[in-house]
Amino acid sequence: MSALEIHEVRKDFGNERVLKDVSLAIESGEFLILVGPSGCGKSTLMNAIAGLEPVTDGQIRIADRDVTWLTPAERDIAMVFQSYALYPSMTVRGNISFGLEMRKVPRAEREAAVERVADLLQITSLLDRKPSQLSGGQRQRVAMGRALAREPAVYLFDEPLSNLDAKLRVDMRTEIKKLHQRLGTTIVYVTHDQIEAMTLADRIAVMRDGHILQLGTPDEVYNDPVDIFVAGFMGSPSMNFITTTLEGRAGDYRLRVATEGEEALVLPWPASRETPALAGRVGQPVILGLRPEHFSEEDRRLTAQAEGTLLEARVSVVEPTGADILLRLPLGEGEVTARVGPKCRVAPGERLSLRVDMGRAVLFDSESQRRLA
Amino acid sequence: MDNVIRRRTPGARMARLALHAMLLLAALFYLLPLAVMLITSIKPLDEISAGSLLALPQAPTLAPWAKAWGEACTGMRCEGVGGYFWNSFAIVIPAVVISTVVGALNGYALTKWRFRGSELLFALMLFGCFIPFQVVLLPMAQTLGWLGLSSSRAGLILVHVIFGIAFTTLFFRNFYVAVPTELVSAAKLDGAGFFRIFWRILLPVSAPIIVVSVIWQFTQIWNDFLFGVAFSAHDTQPVTVALNNLVNTSTGVREYNVDMAAAMIAALPTLVVYVLAGKYFVRGLTAGSVKG
Amino acid sequence: MTLSTSLRQDGQAARRRSSSGRLQDRLPRLVLAPSVAISLFFVYGFMLWTFILSLTSSRMLPSYDFIGFAQYGRLMENERWWVASTNLVIFGGLFVVICLVLGAFLAILLDQRIRREGTLRTIYLYPMALSFIVTGVVWKWLLNPGLGLQAMVRSWGFESFTFDWLIDPDMAVYTLVIAAVWQASGFVMALFLAGLRGIDDSIIKAAQLDGGSLPRIYWRVVIPCLRPVMFSAVMILAHIAIKSFDLVVALTGGGPGYASDLPATFMYTHAFTRAQVGLGSASAMLMLGGVLAILIPYLYSELRSRKHG
Repeated sequence: MSALEIHEVRKDFGNERVLKDVSLAIESGEFLILVGPSGCGKSTLMNAIAGLEPVTDGQIRIADRDVTWLTPAERDIAMVFQSYALYPSMTVRGNISFGLEMRKVPRAEREAAVERVADLLQITSLLDRKPSQLSGGQRQRVAMGRALAREPAVYLFDEPLSNLDAKLRVDMRTEIKKLHQRLGTTIVYVTHDQIEAMTLADRIAVMRDGHILQLGTPDEVYNDPVDIFVAGFMGSPSMNFITTTLEGRAGDYRLRVATEGEEALVLPWPASRETPALAGRVGQPVILGLRPEHFSEEDRRLTAQAEGTLLEARVSVVEPTGADILLRLPLGEGEVTARVGPKCRVAPGERLSLRVDMGRAVLFDSESQRRLA
Repeated sequence: MDNVIRRRTPGARMARLALHAMLLLAALFYLLPLAVMLITSIKPLDEISAGSLLALPQAPTLAPWAKAWGEACTGMRCEGVGGYFWNSFAIVIPAVVISTVVGALNGYALTKWRFRGSELLFALMLFGCFIPFQVVLLPMAQTLGWLGLSSSRAGLILVHVIFGIAFTTLFFRNFYVAVPTELVSAAKLDGAGFFRIFWRILLPVSAPIIVVSVIWQFTQIWNDFLFGVAFSAHDTQPVTVALNNLVNTSTGVREYNVDMAAAMIAALPTLVVYVLAGKYFVRGLTAGSVKG
Repeated sequence: MTLSTSLRQDGQAARRRSSSGRLQDRLPRLVLAPSVAISLFFVYGFMLWTFILSLTSSRMLPSYDFIGFAQYGRLMENERWWVASTNLVIFGGLFVVICLVLGAFLAILLDQRIRREGTLRTIYLYPMALSFIVTGVVWKWLLNPGLGLQAMVRSWGFESFTFDWLIDPDMAVYTLVIAAVWQASGFVMALFLAGLRGIDDSIIKAAQLDGGSLPRIYWRVVIPCLRPVMFSAVMILAHIAIKSFDLVVALTGGGPGYASDLPATFMYTHAFTRAQVGLGSASAMLMLGGVLAILIPYLYSELRSRKHG
């Protein structure tokens, strides 16, 4: 059964169309993340699901019921807001039980629900405080508690972690994941943080300009992006895009990379990853997408066994992050970022040999930016 | 301007002294009329004509206050301003309460339940803050007549409410604009409706702006003279009109001490409100206007 | 999106909503409706009504015998109206300028970490709480040549000291300025002080590091930041000036003769005591015109700056 179905939803603000026929469906118990840059329509979509913004056209169904024209209260949803939106005049207890009170739940049941939620989120000791007496992290917990007190068909999370500092954000991320695993709730979660999307989601919807560009598991979105935008948006540091020329023929495609001051590099395209789309592109420019981790330091002892193509370049910048080292080096018309192990000893200006794992590389059309192979 | 190292030169000390002197002089300018009013109001009449303006009374007396309150002539009648003082309260209190409640609901609806054209409606209502009231006096007089409210307290209350809601709406709108709309969204999801959200979520955080609205409306309506003189009769006059009549009634000797006592009586309520709550007024007003 | 399609969508939304949802959709409009109706009738309707009256020959009671713009013509030939208008220019101009200068000056002085700032602020501001009638009565007493300030100074030995503006037809209008400045300048001070407190401290610190002297920093850096405050202050003061009615009634009674009349008192006198409803209406419309002449440029610049900023 679909917990939430969105069918060709359209939303106009004046003359601007901010949602362009968006459709998606999520199963009960699924964790869906809407991700995209600001202005992509993800928050508008969230508000449309919540009923806070009427849609211009289309249909929204929650638990197999058409809710398109129902008020937020009638939709069987709960929401966690970016600013938490805790009622400033009420205690934590009042905040958590307000929704139940409005739904005329008897007092005893309300109190039981508050106890249950407070226990779950470890905020029992805060129940009689006002929101102004809480820290940012505590407010965040209370905001989640308010949503969890009811048991709606769908939970909506609108960038719930973006107001927390970096350390707390990671902790709360883990905690949300645990809660989801434990309670099996259906969650739609909006964020602009691709790491949150990767770590939390069952499925990710990448949005841009009012469209869903790709809807898939984190693995699909990360390793099989449909276009340059999705490829570049997911992953940090982001994917390198190198303009190359496609050469050869079916069974033996090669990519020629011209780098200024270097000999031209020819990278063979694995036969297993060929697609029919490549046939018409021979002799034309195509864009090669390589993630930083697709490079690896050449280990001389293992040369014989190692997969991939060798490339040599002069390193321009060395950025140790602790866990590994990021290198900047010229390749094609610009520079690329490569991620190598922390033991790599290289200084700026030195030459270094790197292996490229073409088995995970992706190719895009240089005009349409769509995926070729 | 804190945390700045300044050299304590003799010049700087002189400047500091001059600064304090100027501030003190200004304070005297503002205090002088009040002091004269108070001193004169407790002087016997013979001391006034003999002595200087600022000379303290030799034989202080409350007789002028008693006369101003209960016996002084305001036009034809000689019953003092006491009755009119209560008249003012009977007009001010309902008018303040009604205009504040209406303004709060308007501000809430305009900011938290925006709809197509709501900004236009606000602009439309806001204009009422700016018109010179002379432009509505004649039609108002006639309309009050038709409504059977001529020269009545109810009529004056109505007039003050009508021309007060533009201000109260402005105050509450500017205040509620700064209250996060997500609070209302959250309450909608929780199942609360229009009035419940107002009562349970917005109203409990509105104390600062309620203070502003009440003080503003109280002083405006208490101090009103134009509507009072245009739309009231003998027994429904507010105290400002009575005071003016008292001062301009020329029967026998001018009793300046009674004039001043009556002026003090008319001034006291707003002065008390100002001294007790003026701090919150400025604070609430600037809190709203900065964010609005 | 065109209006008609948006209306159709609203219609659709209303039809498909549950009954409680439909009520919720309409409540905000229902709540606003009485105020909007009141505003339409009592503000806009009355303005129109007064305009219509100004086109009639109404005297004691409104009549609807139209005579075109004749009342405006009469007004233009009425010497008393010209005295009132000239007085408004003098009174309004001086009142606004003095209040601004005094208010800004006091605000800057008070902003120098004064120990008793709260008390001083209260003292400067309290006159604003008083009725103009009270202010008028008090200043009438102070400016009374026989018993007030003039008598006091003379009793100190300055026998030739003269301060009799209240009874001098050429000077009476200036007594209005004194009393009005006394009442309103503290309020302007409070506005400026709030503005000063709102200025980012680091701007001033940066200017100090650049080596400016304190007066120079105020003149070049701080005061320009107060432009918006000054703008609203001018608005409020000009508005008070044009509406000034009670102060004139209580302080000078428009006299001596009609030497200190203002348009507000002119209108009241003609409409209510001299049975000249038509002429009074015409003068009220001109007052409205005066307000609009100030208001429209203000709102225009306000809206423009909001769009840009």
